[in-house]
Amino acid sequence: MREGFRQSMAWLHTWCGLLVCWVLLLVFAGGTASYYKEEISLWMMPELHATRSAPVPQAQAIEHAVAYLQQKAPQAERWFITLPAERSVAMRVGWVASAGDSKGSSARSRFKSERIDAATGQPLAQVRDTRGGEFLYRLHFDLHYMPVQWARWIVSICALFMLVAIISGVITHKRIFKDFFTFRPHKGQRSWLDAHNATAVLALPFHLMITYTGLVTLMFMIMPWGVQSAYRDKGGETAFFETVFPGTAGRVKPAGVAAPLTALAPLAAQAQQHWQGGPLAVLVVNNPGDAKATVVITRQKMSTLSSLQPGLMYQGVTGERLAAYGDDPSATAVTRGALYGLHLAHFADPWLRALFFLCGLSGYLMVASGAVLWAVKTRQKEAKAIAGGARASFGLRLVEALNIGAIAGLPIAFASYFWANRLLPLELHQRAQMEINLFFAAWAVAAALAQVRPDLRMWRLQLGLGAALFIGLPLLNVVTTQSHLGVTLLLGRGPWPVAAFDLTVLALGMALAMAERVLARRQRKRQDGLQAAPAKSRVERDPVEETA
Amino acid sequence: MASMKPISSSGPTLRYRLAVFSRALAAVGGGYVISTLSTMVLARLLPMAPADAVMTATMLSFAIFTCAVIWVFAARSAALSWLGLALPSLLLALLAWLTGVGSVLP
Repeated sequence: MREGFRQSMAWLHTWCGLLVCWVLLLVFAGGTASYYKEEISLWMMPELHATRSAPVPQAQAIEHAVAYLQQKAPQAERWFITLPAERSVAMRVGWVASAGDSKGSSARSRFKSERIDAATGQPLAQVRDTRGGEFLYRLHFDLHYMPVQWARWIVSICALFMLVAIISGVITHKRIFKDFFTFRPHKGQRSWLDAHNATAVLALPFHLMITYTGLVTLMFMIMPWGVQSAYRDKGGETAFFETVFPGTAGRVKPAGVAAPLTALAPLAAQAQQHWQGGPLAVLVVNNPGDAKATVVITRQKMSTLSSLQPGLMYQGVTGERLAAYGDDPSATAVTRGALYGLHLAHFADPWLRALFFLCGLSGYLMVASGAVLWAVKTRQKEAKAIAGGARASFGLRLVEALNIGAIAGLPIAFASYFWANRLLPLELHQRAQMEINLFFAAWAVAAALAQVRPDLRMWRLQLGLGAALFIGLPLLNVVTTQSHLGVTLLLGRGPWPVAAFDLTVLALGMALAMAERVLARRQRKRQDGLQAAPAKSRVERDPVEETA
Repeated sequence: MASMKPISSSGPTLRYRLAVFSRALAAVGGGYVISTLSTMVLARLLPMAPADAVMTATMLSFAIFTCAVIWVFAARSAALSWLGLALPSLLLALLAWLTGVGSVLP
């Protein structure tokens, strides 16, 4: 906040970014991985790599799901049947157990889901217990080890900071077009500024879009007052959410009178006809086996921008159609749907999806280079004092350590998650949670070590470890699976998503290794300089300077 | 902060620190209040179906919040930044009260 508008905005940009950058790194990393959620899940379930089952007729799949749920959870409050989608492998069934004795427990805590084989109706028991890409997806807005409401508040607030940082950053930026083509390597602070500018400006539309649309996905939580005020005398929140999210419709109190559920396959066929053959997404059965059962069927998002899913509601015993939602959405609904859809990018074809993935990575680099830039600048400001024998300030040391723990530590955490998936014994109790625990354990160790010694050697150690772990993954596959690159790529047998995963982690690992090599060269140069010119000021030789 | 020298030889002055704190408070607290008020008023008054008005108002709230924060840090003084938030907030609150939008809280 110095004199002048641009200086004030530069100040605002710096602090908005710095305060939340480490959370943003996690969100960017998790969110970027989520573009390939299904592919990551497939990679993490090697048991499914060989099965190339023919598509199962929809009616048969639904009958199998209902039979399975009827036997597994006849008393459930609600059933979910997710039909196999284009990019996923198995069919998922889920249920919310009846509250019963544990009154007041959240529906979320009573939710269970399983994957079943659509062709046989039997659980895919031989598949290892893992959350796969779903964990990384949830991580990027639900975090972990805390109530989701808190996590979403934290992530939303960080996103708001990021939005302010982006806008003030653009205002600060005088020569936005010219800087895009400017890179001055080996110039210390200037190089970091150029790197920050390049990664930020290159994908600026993406960064702005992903931040704003991310806020839109969580908007009714952080800004509920519009709903509260407009629907106060129109049935409250519930009425609003039923109109906007058809999937939540039909949640009425059960009658307490048993009545057989109507056959779902004919309803599904009817719904499909209603949507001119559009593929179905989810079947929800509220109060199965009760006289007041309802069935809600939603259509899959098509390859259009909007993520809106129209829905149909049926009476669950008679099969009579009760309501249709979202057949003729308003302009506003389509706008929200498009913003939501842009964030999820389900519409994207493989090339566009790859571009989004690269933009996500550039977001990670943008946040990382911004955080490093702050440390470099601050260390330069303190250079005189440090040369005079003073210690680096607490803030500087903290930021430098957090930078290592986040920027270089997160790749270690991600790689550990994938390593755990291959190495943990299959029969381990709560195996899926153990994979996740290892993600956080690896990250915690990296972050703690960084706090102990935030210097150039720690950067090199962690970048090198991340590189080794990532490059090691395709090799690990050779030992632990039948679907390593030798089979998927060299013999050309696929599955291609698995081959692509291996190649991607290989590329990421090599990028990390290159970063490590650059730092190694610089450290050598410093040491040479140290021997050649012992009289030179100590500031320039301090290895810690380079951490930034 | 035209008249204030932000940094003395011993680091930022106390007055500068307080002014920054005051602005941060205005940006976060005041920014949220003005976004909330505008969302409530727009959700009620936009000439659309209720669900559409609510969605439009809520989607706009983040743009309004961002503008409020930019204003707070662009204003010449901390007092002025507060004033620039308080006046529109009062207007919106008045509008909310006149149109019966207020009293959402039980």
